[in-house]
Amino acid sequence: MSLDKSDVEKIAHLARMALDESHIEAYVVDLGNILNLVEQLEAADTDAIEPMFHPLHMAQRLRGDEVSEADCREANQQVAPKVENGLYLVPKVIE
Amino acid sequence: MHSKSIAELGAAMRAGEFTSVELTRHFIDRIDRLNGELNALITATPEQALAEAEAADRAIQSGKAGPLAGIPLVQKDIFCTRGVKTSCGSRMLDNFISPYDATVVERLKQAGAVSLGKANMDEFAMGSSNETSYYGPVRNPWDRDRVPGGSSGGSAAAVAARLAAAATGTDTGGSIRQPAALCGITGLKPTYGRVSRYGMIAFASSLDQAGPMTRSAEDAALMLQAMAGFDARDSTCADQAVDDYTATLNDSLQGVKIGLPREYFGEGLESGVAASIEEAIDLYRQLGAEVVEISLPNTGLAVPTYYVVAPAECSSNLSRFDGVRFGYRCEDPKDLEDLYKRTRGEGFGAEVKRRILIGTYALSAGYYDAYYLKAQKTRHLISDDFKRAFETVDVVMGPTSPTTAFALGEKVDDPVTMYLNDIYTIATNLAGLPGISIPVRAVDGLPVGLQIIGNYFNEGKLLNLAHRYQSETDWHRQTPQGFA
Repeated sequence: MSLDKSDVEKIAHLARMALDESHIEAYVVDLGNILNLVEQLEAADTDAIEPMFHPLHMAQRLRGDEVSEADCREANQQVAPKVENGLYLVPKVIE
Repeated sequence: MHSKSIAELGAAMRAGEFTSVELTRHFIDRIDRLNGELNALITATPEQALAEAEAADRAIQSGKAGPLAGIPLVQKDIFCTRGVKTSCGSRMLDNFISPYDATVVERLKQAGAVSLGKANMDEFAMGSSNETSYYGPVRNPWDRDRVPGGSSGGSAAAVAARLAAAATGTDTGGSIRQPAALCGITGLKPTYGRVSRYGMIAFASSLDQAGPMTRSAEDAALMLQAMAGFDARDSTCADQAVDDYTATLNDSLQGVKIGLPREYFGEGLESGVAASIEEAIDLYRQLGAEVVEISLPNTGLAVPTYYVVAPAECSSNLSRFDGVRFGYRCEDPKDLEDLYKRTRGEGFGAEVKRRILIGTYALSAGYYDAYYLKAQKTRHLISDDFKRAFETVDVVMGPTSPTTAFALGEKVDDPVTMYLNDIYTIATNLAGLPGISIPVRAVDGLPVGLQIIGNYFNEGKLLNLAHRYQSETDWHRQTPQGFA
């Protein structure tokens, strides 16, 4: 499996991650090599095998629907890039 | 003082030979003098360390000291530490002061440990050489032109160079065991879910596990005792009683059955490393263990399976770094999409980007079945190999890494070659099993690690086997030149 430049650009867009134009060729090569490694999986017969989503096959624990967390908004917002009146600020979305 | 084990340091402080403040000052001085050549710590917190040491001394005097009272250690910078920069080795979190403590940090504090600072690491724990850190590579104390391994390379180098009595690490595909092997220390990756992941910055959530990095198995037992146990704040943490790890350290090895997977001794294993491993296995025979050859036939699938599962989970976990709530934000974003894209493009380094891209691709529409679902099935095959093995043997033994420490820069431009370095450690994470690496005979002055893999929640058995080996040998007591 190999990817071309437009594939890498499309994946980068899905990941919302800007790539430096001058580095894209290197990503094309590296990702192609990684996918070649991954393709070894095709040879494994997995027809009768269940996927393993959890190493201990553990079920998700449930808890009562009660308030368990304290209000940490102020502490958490101290590390935010931009806040105002307790709200996170981002560039205008709707003109 | 810096060459004593945790048990020895604790006893000396309780006997009044020295105080934790004196011990902590001693390590702070060593960090000041020696860290420059290694880059093992990226944040030192001497004032906080001394305050914690004073509290530990008061607790020791009042007879109310915790099991790790006054012991100076370093935290891998993947663990959130309240009020202290927590970068995860990334520009993305270069400005992040954590508002809370990870459970591991909280428990070690409760046990009385003193934190000297934060250890360097591969960016977001993605790497096997500690060369992907935003803060520059860590150097191996045994040879400063070589890598310490990764991703917990700073933790391993700090312990090997005696800059701290012990360190925390995390292991997603070998990130505790491989640097422990390359730096000549003891590193234990517990069973998945044995130690809480709360406050441990997530890389691949079905694989990540925290563990101790120490100079001996006995120290690892003491530290794991404090770290392990149920935590309601991590939904995948195991609700299972914690064994008494020091109680079984000296158990007899008579009749213990050790399996050697033939796939771990084949092509790619350096002959010097192989000879050291064989020698260590011989000692186990002399101690009464029975050694048999076994097969883990799907070993070859481990690295390819990992490079689907781990990047897929990483691409999902790292989507939280969007420049909105914490961490890096690009300058003057023109709209929201530009904010996301440039923040992530500028905040992440090359290896993290590669893995996000692979993971995004593997999870994208039309490819999910071919990659992610397929890899979760091959993961099951790998796990079943171990399940069958543990029907006949107590532990599985082999090398931790196929080579000794490689040169800085040697593999950094070739991701696939770097990935294959973790060939013996990755399967353990995919299966969720515990594994330990301990130093055995060095080759050309470079440490070699013996890996012991156990069944689920059988950390006590691994520590027992490791401790018995260390009771007969002194490879774990060797100190790199310039750090004695």
